[in-house]
Amino acid sequence: MRQFLVGAAQRIIKGPPLYYVWVVFLLVMIAVGIGAYVRQLEVGLIATGMTSYVSWGFYIGNFTFLVGVAAAAVLLIIPAYVYDFGPIKEIVIIGEALAVSALLMCLMFVTADLGRPDRAWHLIPGLGILNLPSSLLGWDIVVLNGYLFLNIFIPGYIIYRAYNNKQPNMSFILPFILLSIPWAVSIHTTTAFIYNGLAARPFWNASILAPRFLASAFCSGPALIILLFQLVRRYTGFHVKDEALFKIAEMIAVAMAINLFLLGAEFFKELYSDTHHLSPMEYLYVGLQGKGRLIPWIWTAFAFNVTAFIIFLIPYTRKRYITLNIGCVLIITGIWIEKGMGLIIPGFIPAPLGEVWEYAPTSIEILVAMGIWSIGALVLTLLLKIIIPIELGEFTRYSNVTRGVPSPGL
Amino acid sequence: MSEEKIKAPDPISELKVSSDPEPSQDSTEGSELINRRGFVQGTVGMLAAMALGSCSWQEFFQNNFRRMTKEEIEQTVERLQAEYKQKYGKDFVVDAEGPIDGTFYGYALDIQRCIGCRKCVYACVEENNQSRDPQIQYIRVLRFKDGDMDLEHSTIYYDPEEVPEKGYYYLPVQCQHCENPPCTKVCPVQATWTEPDGIVVIDYNWCIGCRYCMAACPYMGRWFNFADPVIPPDKINVNTHYLGNRPRMRNVVEKCTFCIQRVRKGRYPACVEACPVGARKFGNLLDPNSEISRIIQTKRVFRLKSELNTQPKFYYFFSI
Repeated sequence: MRQFLVGAAQRIIKGPPLYYVWVVFLLVMIAVGIGAYVRQLEVGLIATGMTSYVSWGFYIGNFTFLVGVAAAAVLLIIPAYVYDFGPIKEIVIIGEALAVSALLMCLMFVTADLGRPDRAWHLIPGLGILNLPSSLLGWDIVVLNGYLFLNIFIPGYIIYRAYNNKQPNMSFILPFILLSIPWAVSIHTTTAFIYNGLAARPFWNASILAPRFLASAFCSGPALIILLFQLVRRYTGFHVKDEALFKIAEMIAVAMAINLFLLGAEFFKELYSDTHHLSPMEYLYVGLQGKGRLIPWIWTAFAFNVTAFIIFLIPYTRKRYITLNIGCVLIITGIWIEKGMGLIIPGFIPAPLGEVWEYAPTSIEILVAMGIWSIGALVLTLLLKIIIPIELGEFTRYSNVTRGVPSPGL
Repeated sequence: MSEEKIKAPDPISELKVSSDPEPSQDSTEGSELINRRGFVQGTVGMLAAMALGSCSWQEFFQNNFRRMTKEEIEQTVERLQAEYKQKYGKDFVVDAEGPIDGTFYGYALDIQRCIGCRKCVYACVEENNQSRDPQIQYIRVLRFKDGDMDLEHSTIYYDPEEVPEKGYYYLPVQCQHCENPPCTKVCPVQATWTEPDGIVVIDYNWCIGCRYCMAACPYMGRWFNFADPVIPPDKINVNTHYLGNRPRMRNVVEKCTFCIQRVRKGRYPACVEACPVGARKFGNLLDPNSEISRIIQTKRVFRLKSELNTQPKFYYFFSI
């Protein structure tokens, strides 16, 4: 164990110049984020743009998006372990590392949103009171931490065996892998139910919310994975087959088709019945009572999602890296808008007594969010720095070879 | 951004009643009243920053009110009284009195009589020690055009010379003390609950500030202290209840408690007493002869958003 830690530490410290630039950049961003958070702790949540009207904002929006990213690891697990699809099986551990960093970011975003983080211990059963079964937030804490455990435990075990030059004992680990599939669905469903269960908020109180959450999660998460794999392939000796990436892209096309279909279903129901349930959607897409800060954002998201869908649908554009990568960026941005601010803010507008009170994040919120994203990126970078050499057989109990120059992929 | 937040409710001041001989009181606002506590700046680090707001270790480890023993409650009350004395220079009473046997409270509001003067709003603020900066008010008086009851067409921002105005009617809304409250259900730590006498309360020292209850409430019955509440010391009400109007701290949720500090002593809520036209009625639903029971039996009553099955104990009625 000691030997492993020493070896891992050495691997984290050493790297090419670009690695240092990247890590220092992240550390600076993290420091700025922490500074902004300290400011928020000093003055209270008045440092944010939130009000008693729009009582959740940028933090909860990012949280919601990242739960989707974390849940998407399951899209790799299913073909890898259940259908034994070789090309993806080789890379699934990296997807799980992404899930770990996404989950950490989720927990940090919720903490940043808490008014009294000093009382977070009230959530610990026994010591405090976790209000189960009635609070969906309580359930979400349970499933998110459970998923975090599974995503550390499964790859941790496989990596540990690999470090010892041993094959994983499948009969031991397979039940955990299979468990992680419904669990991934559960983190997303539970997060959707947090909003979904509130009759006071018609925008969220629609049964289509949870299915749409899953569909959009299976777009944005895998898109992030495709980009991540190309980076890994370029900067390490880790081999990722083209077929694996194209397979993921194909799954995105299906998920996006479902996502757009569900959006259409929502549009029809609200527009045709034309009741007051339409108001939040009106606010989001065309504005309400002369107010509509989100209009340019949501139409951008809509255009991005549709364009990306077309790119991923046509095999020719799906299988060329230029268009594939453009599609991925469009999808990540599109879903981040749609499922972040685009989902949270209209839930509060109009307010339950009819007032239209808008929200925009303050610079404090944006800096804190950037800090959290940077922590996530740093965690992922460091995890990959250790995992990839083990996967490549360069870093084991018996040998610790460091590559001189990173070999460019492709 | 924060400035906008503070200024927003300004047009909601107390209004002059057309037949009211006395001049309307000044609304409590303005920077001369602000007496912000000086803070040790948080360069000491995150823990120190969290501890701001004079968080002692006893406060940090304080248990949920419902899990406290009698002695723990007594100790907590003593600690709070000392803390408030230090902060406001006055002797506070912090009650922890339980419900009176055989009571279950209900409220009724006569829409026909309400003239929209907002005296209830300001009586409530004075009684319940709400922050004056940023402003928090538990009661919102909605103004509707005659012939319309669409919430989206209503406004709380009306500012005429005198009320009532021709062509309009008013509908004050506050916590509806639901029998089936969506807010207490969602709280992840059981920091809010319904007392046996029907009052929905919050333990301000147990609330973690997640604001899930605010998202769940269909009536805007819950308010969040985004900054340290500021109350001028000469305006503070020292007769308080642990679950009611005792001074709150930053980053927790608060709400109307039917003036728990008054009603558990057999008094009326402050808004009932303040109403110049007697539009507000309060009483024990378990007593068939109470005013509230009589109103429900004999008048045409309705409850706001009854389709949500929240079952408010707050009724609206027409006196004629």
